[in-house]
Amino acid sequence: MTDNPPLLDRRETVARLLRDRGDLLVVTGLGSATYDVAAAGDDPRNFYLWGAMGGTAALALGLALAQPNRPVVAITGDGDMLMGMGTLATIGAKQPANLSVVVLDNERYGETGAQPTAIAHGVNLTGVARACGLDAPEDIRDMNAVGTLAERLHRTDGPLFANIKIDARDYPRVLPARDGPWLRSRFREAVLGNAP
Amino acid sequence: MSKSWPDSLFDVLLRQKVRQIAYVPDAGHSRLIDLCTTNPDMETTVLTTEEDGIALLSGAWLGGDRGVLLMQSSGVGNCVNMLSLLENCRMPFVSLITMRGEWGEFNPWQAPMGLATPDVLTRMNVQVHRVDEPDLAASTLEAAIAQSYDGMLASAVLLSQRLIGRKDFEAED
Repeated sequence: MTDNPPLLDRRETVARLLRDRGDLLVVTGLGSATYDVAAAGDDPRNFYLWGAMGGTAALALGLALAQPNRPVVAITGDGDMLMGMGTLATIGAKQPANLSVVVLDNERYGETGAQPTAIAHGVNLTGVARACGLDAPEDIRDMNAVGTLAERLHRTDGPLFANIKIDARDYPRVLPARDGPWLRSRFREAVLGNAP
Repeated sequence: MSKSWPDSLFDVLLRQKVRQIAYVPDAGHSRLIDLCTTNPDMETTVLTTEEDGIALLSGAWLGGDRGVLLMQSSGVGNCVNMLSLLENCRMPFVSLITMRGEWGEFNPWQAPMGLATPDVLTRMNVQVHRVDEPDLAASTLEAAIAQSYDGMLASAVLLSQRLIGRKDFEAED
């Protein structure tokens, strides 16, 4: 669509974001974002959504409010973020310092045949996030900036929003567990110990 | 004089250790929303749309917080697909819903979701408890919270429009 430098590789990008994850809690949006995080390595502190489109950032917000001393990141696609765009207003109003929202933006609905999203027609999610009061750097287009972002995910001076321009390449799916109650209990035990 | 039903509901939230309240307002919830937002131990979040509250409170539970979603019956229609999150993950969940469109409602646009709310919730595997008497509101909410959080179930308490009072709506609108 543009003459910009080559777009980032989604798997390499997510692997870099989570390489030194420390105590980061990760919520993933349905489709490719879930597969990308699974490909970077399964972890009890990953909560994978397989549906609930539009709800990724909202789920991460509730988690961040419950665990204000731990960094929380939502990793999702531009389609999911567009469906849940109102959540950016909710996050802006709440200003949770420990929450980051990372969008893997290929300007496509990748799971359903690569139909263009509104981003492909010029809508600017970073601008929306800024208008809602999130700290949003310029769209991320190179691995140096991804490395900087990876460090920022651990600084709880947000809320942070980062839109990463990735290529539309379709990778083989890496499927994490789909058993919701098991993922739920595993995550809670990792975060809370043996809480009831 | 005994407490008003919203004050009694608030006591239940405290007793049941509910920490996060997410809401899209309704006039019938205004007293309870005031009580929650002014309590320093509660985390209240005003939503742009009701289904966000289902995701938000699921995240809250993953982080150890109990929550309740406040909305009106029209909001149930916005929630339908997001309710699959509760069923797929067996998330405990409670919503307190003020009914519109059923008892002297002046606005006909409230009628369709008012009529459909119990069926929609039931079809999505949410247990429905309807309250018509103000004196039963608190005990019903307490039972719903206990059952949902002990048993990993989704439940909704419907506060009938007759209970809330038709007059309030005419005054508000």
